[in-house]
Amino acid sequence: MSNQPTRTIALEANEQGFATTRLDALLGWARKYSLFQYPFVTACCGMEFMSVASPRFDLARFGAEAPRFSPRQADLLWVVGTISQRQAPVLRRIYEQMMDPKWVMAFGTCASCGGFYDNYTTVPGIDKIIPCDIYIPGCPPRPEAALDGLLLLQDKIARGDRTPGIVKPREDPMTHLRQHPRGLPLLGGIPNSIPPSGGPSAGSKSDKEHT
Amino acid sequence: MTVRVLDKLKERFGSAILETHSNFGDDTALVAPASWKEICTFLRKDPQMDFDLIIDLCGVDYPHRAETNERIEIVLHLCSLPKRARLRLKTRVGDEELNGAEVDSVTHIWPGANWFERETFDMMGVKFRGHPDLRRILMYPEFEGHPLLKDYPAARTQPLVQYRNEEEAGLPLEKIAPFREDEGMSFGRNVWNSADENN
Ligand code: SF4
Repeated sequence: MSNQPTRTIALEANEQGFATTRLDALLGWARKYSLFQYPFVTACCGMEFMSVASPRFDLARFGAEAPRFSPRQADLLWVVGTISQRQAPVLRRIYEQMMDPKWVMAFGTCASCGGFYDNYTTVPGIDKIIPCDIYIPGCPPRPEAALDGLLLLQDKIARGDRTPGIVKPREDPMTHLRQHPRGLPLLGGIPNSIPPSGGPSAGSKSDKEHT
Repeated sequence: MTVRVLDKLKERFGSAILETHSNFGDDTALVAPASWKEICTFLRKDPQMDFDLIIDLCGVDYPHRAETNERIEIVLHLCSLPKRARLRLKTRVGDEELNGAEVDSVTHIWPGANWFERETFDMMGVKFRGHPDLRRILMYPEFEGHPLLKDYPAARTQPLVQYRNEEEAGLPLEKIAPFREDEGMSFGRNVWNSADENN
C-alpha cells in the first residue's frame, strides 16, 4: 500500500462501489489496530507499563487496549522487567503458547540486554531465548517511549517487516549540554572535544561553534 | 545493658567466646562454631537475655582465612524487644574447599531463621545441621556451585534454557559488560577479567 498513491474514495448514499488493495496490506492494517497484548511483568518497569496502559497515556488510543491474561489469546507479548535465568523457561513456554502471528516487545533495558544485572542471575536480553521485534531502551523507559515502540511495531506490522527495531530517544540530552555557553557544566567540559556521534540531532550548529 | 550481655556470655561460655567488641554500641561476639547452638539457645531462653527476634542471618566469604578453617563467617543479628538490646553473633567455618563449613541450625530456636539459612546455604554453601528443609531458595536446583563465593567466576552463567544460536538470533550472543571503565564502572567486568589474566 505504501508504494501506491493514496486515493480518496467517496461514495454517495445508495451508491455502490468497491476499493481494491492487496490482501497482505489489508491483513497488516487489520492486525496492527487489533493487538491483543499479554503483559509479562516481572520488575520495576511494570510501574511504567501500568502508566502506559492506564488513562493518562492510554494505550487504547492505538487499538491495543485489551490485555489478555492467557497467552493463547494474545498476539503481542510485552516483556516488562528483568528476566532471571530461573524465569527463562516460563517466558519461553509462554511465547510458545501464543498463536501466530505474534510479536514481542522488550520493555526496558533489562529485558533488552540484561542491563546492569551483569551476573549469574539474569538472562542478558530476552532475544537470547525468544525472537524480539522491538527494543525499548530506558531504565525504565518513559511511557512516551513505550508508545513510540508501539507505533514502530504497528508500522512494521503494516509493512510485514520482521527486522528488530529499537526505539530512538526523543531528544538527545547531550545536545542541550553542548549548547551550554560554558560547555558541559556537570562533566567539566570533556565531551566538547568528542565529535558528534551521528545521532539525529548531533550535527547542530553549536558543534561547529566549538570546533 | 549492652556490656552486660557480652559479659554474661563471657562469664558463662568462657573460651567459646573468641572475641568481643562493642564499637559504637554494636555488641559483637565471635564464638566457636561448636558452641553455636548452645549459645543461641541461651540467648533465646534465658530470661535475662530474651533475644526473641531474629533480624538477619547471612554469610561472608573471606578466602584469605581459609588456612585456619575460617573461610566463611556466619553473621547472626538478634534483637531483644523486651530488653531493647541488639546483638551480633559471628562464627567462622570452612576451609578452601568448604570442608567443615557446617554449623547447627537455629531454626528450632527462631523459626524465622529457616529461609535465611537456606539462603546462606544457596549463596555460600554452608550446611546447617538439623535444618528441616535445606534446599536452594534463590537459585534453581540445577545450579552448580555457590554464586556469592569469591571464587565463583563473575562471568559464569548457567542458563536453564539453551540460548538461541547466532544465525537464528541474528545478533552476537556473547555477554558484553554494560558499562566500561571510562563510563564510570571501574569495578566492571573488564577490570575483573584482566585481573584474571594477570594471575
Ligand atoms: S530496566 Fe530498570 S526499571 Fe526496568 S526492570 Fe530493569 S532495573 Fe527495573
